[in-house]
Amino acid sequence: MTEYRREGRYTTVSIPVTLYNRIKKLIEGTGFTSVSQYVAYVLREIVAAHEERKYEEPFTDEDREKILEKLRRLGYI
Amino acid sequence: MIPKPHGGKLVNRVVTGEKRDRLVLEAEELPVLSISYERAVDVVDIAHGVFSPLEGFMVQSDYLSVLHDMRLSNDLPWTIPVVLDVDPDEISGIKEGDYVALKHGETIVAVVRIDEIYGWDKREYAEHIYKTLDLRHPGVAKTMKRKELLVGGLVDLLNEIEYPVKHRVLWPIETRVLFREKKWERIVAFQTRNVPHLGHEYVQKAALTFADGLLIHPLIGWKKPGDYRDEVIFMAYEALIKHYYPRDTVVLAGLLMNMHYAGPREAVHHAIVRKNFGCTHIIIGRDHAGVGNYYAPYEAWTIFNEFPDLGITPLFIREAFYCKKCGGMVNEKVCPHGEEHRIRISGTAIRDMLRRGKTPPEYVMRPEVARAVIEAGNPFIE
Repeated sequence: MTEYRREGRYTTVSIPVTLYNRIKKLIEGTGFTSVSQYVAYVLREIVAAHEERKYEEPFTDEDREKILEKLRRLGYI
Repeated sequence: MIPKPHGGKLVNRVVTGEKRDRLVLEAEELPVLSISYERAVDVVDIAHGVFSPLEGFMVQSDYLSVLHDMRLSNDLPWTIPVVLDVDPDEISGIKEGDYVALKHGETIVAVVRIDEIYGWDKREYAEHIYKTLDLRHPGVAKTMKRKELLVGGLVDLLNEIEYPVKHRVLWPIETRVLFREKKWERIVAFQTRNVPHLGHEYVQKAALTFADGLLIHPLIGWKKPGDYRDEVIFMAYEALIKHYYPRDTVVLAGLLMNMHYAGPREAVHHAIVRKNFGCTHIIIGRDHAGVGNYYAPYEAWTIFNEFPDLGITPLFIREAFYCKKCGGMVNEKVCPHGEEHRIRISGTAIRDMLRRGKTPPEYVMRPEVARAVIEAGNPFIE
């Protein structure tokens, strides 16, 4: 097996103990096995939602016209 | 709203114009690596943004991260490594930072900048990706035949390759323009490598009831013997759409991409790819991209629990069957009747009938679809 070191792939973030305890209670009996796992899950969801904003399609009007021409020729439009 | 591509940027590594002319000349002087058709398909997919944000074959940090954590080293979800395998002999004398030409047949397909050369453990790959070392699994068998080293690096596509139904293949930038033109905002992708029966139609129409449009996206490329030929899948779907779908609700386009039969991991991979095509949702089957009994039922659904940040919504629509009491296609969620009233659709039985030139019953397959398949001659890959 290739050595795949997990050290250096995780870091520590501080959260209030009260919040930690609240999450610990919340995840009891769920599929989450640790507070860290839950926090990573929730953060990924939120970060992805933030990243989704501010995006414009990467084509110019000229590109678009060329593509539309092809799509018309192929009968898609 | 059409989602942004995975990782935020639609990759375009297709070289055109003067730059292409220059690179084509330079490529003739470069060391050459011969690549299989499947690797050439990967190159084309990378270049056209199907695998955005990948701009080339994976370097080791990405490869290992995908293998172990199902994420790229920048934390983005990614479940199937995209790697270029080479023999040590082929790569001798080539070092990191060099450029090489990738040749398929007589054509120089692309130029790759070698960012990293590294070893891999094919058994480890098979265990993680296919969850088995059984050589009867088509993906495992292919993996074990691959070469001993991997090469990571940026790809520049110089020449397109040949593939079936080329005029029906659209790239991500093209579907994105098309969906905008149609003013579709909720777009459901349907992955297939089969001709449609009424179970498929039921699932697609269930999704269409809330979506603006449906992208029927048959996979073009390597398949196993016994699968339907690409041309036949298109003819069958064209018949179905013409007779049974409202106008302007469906786009039928081919996707040139390798099939791995990696079950749950490949289900996520298919979702990521469809996000790049501009889809907001994807229909995931209970045994999506599976083969044999290597994956548990619904494993292709539960794996999505690990990806809250995928950016495309999987639709888990239950398998449809015909209920004699209900008098139509239904599924377990909506039919209260017992198994004795239900007729399950068997893909194998449909294949057998079509192979013998027989039309399946109308509650299984539309007669227009069956006719299109039968009239195609030999509909299956030998």
